[in-house]
Amino acid sequence: MHLAYPTVLSVLLFCVGLYGVLARRNAVLVLMSVELMLNAVNLDLVAFDAWLHDTLHAGQALTLFTITVAAAEIGLGLAIVLMVFRARGTADVDRLRDLADDGAAAHTDTMAPPTDNQPARPDGRATAA
Amino acid sequence: MTVTAFARASAAAHAASHAAAAHAAPRALAAAPTAGDLSGKGHAFLSPTGVEIVFVLVGLAVLGTAVLSVTTKQLVHAALWLVATLGGVAVEFLLLTAEFVAWVQVLIYLGSVVVLVLFGLMLTRAPIGRSPDADSGNRWVALGVALAAAATLVTLVVDAFRSTWIDLAPGAGSTAANGVTLFRYWVLPFEALSVLLLAALVGAVVLSRRDGRGGLNGRGGLNGRDTQKER
Repeated sequence: MHLAYPTVLSVLLFCVGLYGVLARRNAVLVLMSVELMLNAVNLDLVAFDAWLHDTLHAGQALTLFTITVAAAEIGLGLAIVLMVFRARGTADVDRLRDLADDGAAAHTDTMAPPTDNQPARPDGRATAA
Repeated sequence: MTVTAFARASAAAHAASHAAAAHAAPRALAAAPTAGDLSGKGHAFLSPTGVEIVFVLVGLAVLGTAVLSVTTKQLVHAALWLVATLGGVAVEFLLLTAEFVAWVQVLIYLGSVVVLVLFGLMLTRAPIGRSPDADSGNRWVALGVALAAAATLVTLVVDAFRSTWIDLAPGAGSTAANGVTLFRYWVLPFEALSVLLLAALVGAVVLSRRDGRGGLNGRGGLNGRDTQKER
């Protein structure tokens, strides 16, 4: 098999994950896109392992380790997202602006007490910016 | 339904990969002594083998479902498209003769990670149906960055691996081969990884417990007392 097929597929999958990380607002969807990027790296590792005929099988062993680390990462990430959701009432990464530079408007916006099932306000970004 | 379809497709792909690899190996060996050039050693770029055709078709499915997964407005559908993407990547692993990694991918990603993501969507009360604010305002900047990165990396990768072929050897990624190397050469990282999993388990439990006595909750951390009373 030509090595360009798996590597190009891996590159494109990585860039799709990159777009998802940058463009999504829900933190759970951002974590899903991170999983896509990790899968792209796994595909590259497996392809290079099959190409080099490594006697130590370093590529496939590292793929197994990456899958395990990804499982740990998604567990901890979802725990953090749940904690933020419980404290703030939203899992929207655009509204978590406590560490941003732009003034007190964002601070009062995100520090409002969480109401039950609060929908994301469409003007949230406008007031924060 | 999708799971059984993927199992069927991966079984067929598995058989195809073995047949194609067994067919391709003698030809590569026969062509090897005459190959002083770098242009492929008897391979031809425009006459793809069966395993390459299957790889490209599954790859198109993987890319399509991945794009749907990051662009759909329905949050639960995004997780379900992610299932299709990860299953397709498992089929690609099978085509690259990495059987054990493929089944680990099916077990861990399709079995647990997607279920965790669905739990996360459910616990953060993701709306069922279309949510118009799924994408942030910098979507076009993100699209530009992703396209620029894709163009750069595809150019680089195609230029680097233009004349490189993989000689797929059946059984190179079997459970026996992986087990031998894992427990002969990679024992220490393996055990360190089990400690990492334990730490992640304890950390997730500490982060997500609800009573105010443990973790960050009782010490004036991210969860204030007022939000605890409301629940």
